[in-house]
Amino acid sequence: MLGFAQLFASRLVKAAAILIAIVVMNFFLVHAAPGDPAMVMAGEAGAADEKFVTQLREQFGLDRPIYEQLGTYIGKVVQGDLGFSYRQQRPVWDILAERLPATLVLTLTAFILALAAGVALGTLAAVTVGTWADSAITVIALLAYATPIYWIGLMLSLLFSIQLGWLPAFGYETIGAGYTGLAHVADVAVHLILPVITLALFYMAGYARLTRASMLEVRSLDFVKTAKAKGLTQGRIVTRHVLRNAILPVITVAGIQAGQLVGGSILIETVFAWPGIGRLAFEAVLQRDYQVLLGIFLVTSIMVILFNILTDILYGLVDPRIQVSQ
Amino acid sequence: MTRRLSGIPASIQRGFRRSVHRAAAAGLLAAVLTIPGTAALVAAPAMAQETPVRGGVLNSIVQPEPPTLMLGLNQQGPTQTVAGKIYQGLLTYDRKLNPLPSLAESWTVSPDGLTYTFKLFQNVKWHDGKPFSANDVVFSTSKFLMEVHPRARAAFSRCESIKALDDHTVEFKLKEPFPAFIQAFEVSSAPIVPAHIYEGSDYRTNPANTTPIGTGPFKLKEWVKGSYIQLVRNEDYYKKDLPYLDGITFRVIPDAASRSLALESGQVQQTQYSDLEPFEVPRMKTLPNVTLTTAGYEFVAPMAWLEINHRVKPLDDKRFRKAIAYAIDRKFIRDKIWFGLGRVPTGPINSVVKFYDPKVTTYEPNLDKAKALLDEMGLKPDGKGVRATVKLMPMPYGETWTRLGEYLKQALGKVGVSVVLESTDAAGWAQRVANWDYEITTNFLYQYGDPALGVARTYISSNIRKGVLFTNTMGYSNPKVDELFDQASRENDPAKRQEQYSEVQRILSDDLPVVWLLEMEFPTFLDKRVKNANTTAIGVNDTYESVWLAK
Repeated sequence: MLGFAQLFASRLVKAAAILIAIVVMNFFLVHAAPGDPAMVMAGEAGAADEKFVTQLREQFGLDRPIYEQLGTYIGKVVQGDLGFSYRQQRPVWDILAERLPATLVLTLTAFILALAAGVALGTLAAVTVGTWADSAITVIALLAYATPIYWIGLMLSLLFSIQLGWLPAFGYETIGAGYTGLAHVADVAVHLILPVITLALFYMAGYARLTRASMLEVRSLDFVKTAKAKGLTQGRIVTRHVLRNAILPVITVAGIQAGQLVGGSILIETVFAWPGIGRLAFEAVLQRDYQVLLGIFLVTSIMVILFNILTDILYGLVDPRIQVSQ
Repeated sequence: MTRRLSGIPASIQRGFRRSVHRAAAAGLLAAVLTIPGTAALVAAPAMAQETPVRGGVLNSIVQPEPPTLMLGLNQQGPTQTVAGKIYQGLLTYDRKLNPLPSLAESWTVSPDGLTYTFKLFQNVKWHDGKPFSANDVVFSTSKFLMEVHPRARAAFSRCESIKALDDHTVEFKLKEPFPAFIQAFEVSSAPIVPAHIYEGSDYRTNPANTTPIGTGPFKLKEWVKGSYIQLVRNEDYYKKDLPYLDGITFRVIPDAASRSLALESGQVQQTQYSDLEPFEVPRMKTLPNVTLTTAGYEFVAPMAWLEINHRVKPLDDKRFRKAIAYAIDRKFIRDKIWFGLGRVPTGPINSVVKFYDPKVTTYEPNLDKAKALLDEMGLKPDGKGVRATVKLMPMPYGETWTRLGEYLKQALGKVGVSVVLESTDAAGWAQRVANWDYEITTNFLYQYGDPALGVARTYISSNIRKGVLFTNTMGYSNPKVDELFDQASRENDPAKRQEQYSEVQRILSDDLPVVWLLEMEFPTFLDKRVKNANTTAIGVNDTYESVWLAK
């Protein structure tokens, strides 16, 4: 157990170093893009003079040398302050906190759904390899993976909202309905269906293909033959022997994707007017809202690092042969 | 649509003749020009015969989502549409750009054109219940807007004094005549903000910016960032029984295709400006539940052009710019890229703006003329047929501008001008254009109701200012043009002003500092149940106090 604690501690130290590198790199990357927020706002206003742009730059702190700006930023981040969005006139934490629930409810639901359905379908395809069921699953997965996600979203919306009128086409909740409690949950859930299905279809396709390929590989290994020779039932072989060994690459990919969940999905959020982080990030890029963008980058980096550590731990649990190397 | 079919010149001439008559009559009859507050009733359209009913919520779109609704601090298009219901200016304008009352009930202009006196409506209250007075107007125009608003700064810096004569009378005294001054009181040009909240504070960081307090018929109820902005009826509005609507909700819908779906499915009853891409318009106008109009953009009167950097050879040669003009088919641009939205321009002034003159040099598509001009310059085709290579950076404002860039590449290629397309995003574009780091780009500017406010800025040499957008970024300079624009801005006599502006239009259309492409029109779609909307020159940005929904 000491080994585990040591590993965890050393990973955390490394993670902190990586995080600082990420912050510095992001900072320069973001500032390397041509134009600045003051210029964007001047462009949007349709009129400008020197004073307008100068005033904004002063207010945003953009008139300071870049290293001083970096120093100020890191100083704040270390204290847990993500800065202030001058464009939106609010602290970055508040902006992120406001968008985070919508993003998480969308991406987490889609992620869990995709993972469950993907692994189940992949397993089914591998077990029935060569039959019509396998072909059907493979084709559907391929289609879902290859079709542009926004197009699927628009088509679903066209069918279920415009033609059939069953589900709302976009949005997070019914505006002005003032639902509370369970009614509110149900309202959000109804709005959630189309974006979740669209997003989950895409992820699911990946997991299904991965699971199938990995299972087919493991299935031909010697220990599976041994299990068969021992006379174990087909179900037991598939779940205990094949799937458990084949699931490792799926965990790797899922771990990476889980880290990105807080980043949201720009396309889905745009098509369905879902008020999430992905859209916020995209708009922040266009508006050169440096502080918001850096804040999203930082939160996403932290999540990716955390989930990587979690994934490593999970490996050990799923497959005890994977040991901590000292 | 009818406007487009009926053609421009006749209506313009009519409008112009009428305004000259009126000015002459006014000059004879009275030393003081008075425009009564009843003008609003006269201007109301005849279709308002049906009896308005109270109630209902109008749903529309806000896109892109504005950073703030404090109109004094931000004049982005979507901010204007939403905040135009919360804040008010002293005036609004009819379709011919003549002033109508808004916060000002009536006004007078002294014969020497130096003193503008506004009588304000009585019993106006701010949304927080405090009374509105002349003091608020003085504070807004002499302090707040002078500090934060570039366009207002340009207008009100011409004032020698701004005084409250009593609680409901404000007097602006100008340093010299500036007849365009009467166009400077529109809600986005000069929104009146509450002195009791902003006086003595840091305007940009005032916490009240998140909860805008105006005088308008609607108040901000809730703004869920990324989702919607909800406005509700101002029960204490100073006009009895108005507004009719219970509220207006603006939904944030970032995807253009989803915005079309929203209109199609009836979830929104109004779209405006660039909510819908022009290529969606032909399809949407066949919908049974909506009507399309392109009216209501006369105040902004956008003009699109090819902006050409005169610091780059051979773009500094007007023969080259003329060759470009002859190579382009602007009717094609209007019909095939903007799907019929807009008018083919003749010169620098949009035909809906005052002092427009169609009698100028125009450029019909003519490839032979274009080639002859290039030959005359000594630009002969090389082995591949290329005479010159230019870089074109299309404005990154959506699909339509990209298509325009592709068309221009093709059109100019036909006369041997090879075009290299450069791509960028909005921030990069602004940065490069403002710092003259481009060869040719596409651009459009609003004209704000008067050449002195929205046209001169592009062509006068005193406005060549590096690092500032929407200036004379081409680097064009002609002393005669400078002189004419300067004289016309100070000329009280409309007839003389017309002569000066006519001459400047003739010079510019021959110098061709930019190649005008399109007098842009935006499509406004309105559900047929929405009545009385979009009646003035600021259209969807107006207060909507008398808009109502049929059951």
